[in-house]
Amino acid sequence: MNETIGTVLWGIGMAFNFFGCLGLVRLPDIYNRLQASTKCVTFGTIFVLVGVLVYSGFNAMGIKAVLCLIFILITSPTAAHAIARGAHRSRVRLWKNSVLDRYEEDKEAKG
Amino acid sequence: MAMVIQVYLGVLLLCCFLCLYRIARGPTAPDRTVAIDILGIVIVGFCALLAVLTGKDFFINIAITWALVSFIGTVALAKYLEGRGFDE
Repeated sequence: MNETIGTVLWGIGMAFNFFGCLGLVRLPDIYNRLQASTKCVTFGTIFVLVGVLVYSGFNAMGIKAVLCLIFILITSPTAAHAIARGAHRSRVRLWKNSVLDRYEEDKEAKG
Repeated sequence: MAMVIQVYLGVLLLCCFLCLYRIARGPTAPDRTVAIDILGIVIVGFCALLAVLTGKDFFINIAITWALVSFIGTVALAKYLEGRGFDE
């Protein structure tokens, strides 16, 4: 039973991972790639680690998987935020069909 | 069971190659930084599945260490892109 649930969870995680990496390759500019890949891959890896917990139960492997899960859940959005901020500050252009740049407006309003 | 895990490992390997394509092609430096970050997270999942496949739980330790080092590296690269010091 645990094996079946773990396999299903890993399958969901694989789908999210694959589509996140596909977005990383296919989308046009840095900000689109960031928002497609970071969320999807984080979610998929969390599903993989929950699958490891369900498969192995509360032994050493499962507890370590939970630790890794909590760590990724905290650090991955932080890293994505830092990259987006750094990219915008280093004057990377938006895609030509993007219509809205609130961060630029805020910086201009502040002076 | 082992067969299914091997198929999943193949999918993750394909994800790694997509990230490597973006690292090689990426027009700007932030593109490469995003791809390195994503590659680190994919490898964490890879190590977790490898731990289940082989039954040795030290692969999970490798996953935790990889997540730590990947996060530090990504934040350092992002701060470098921003053009500021680490103490601000």
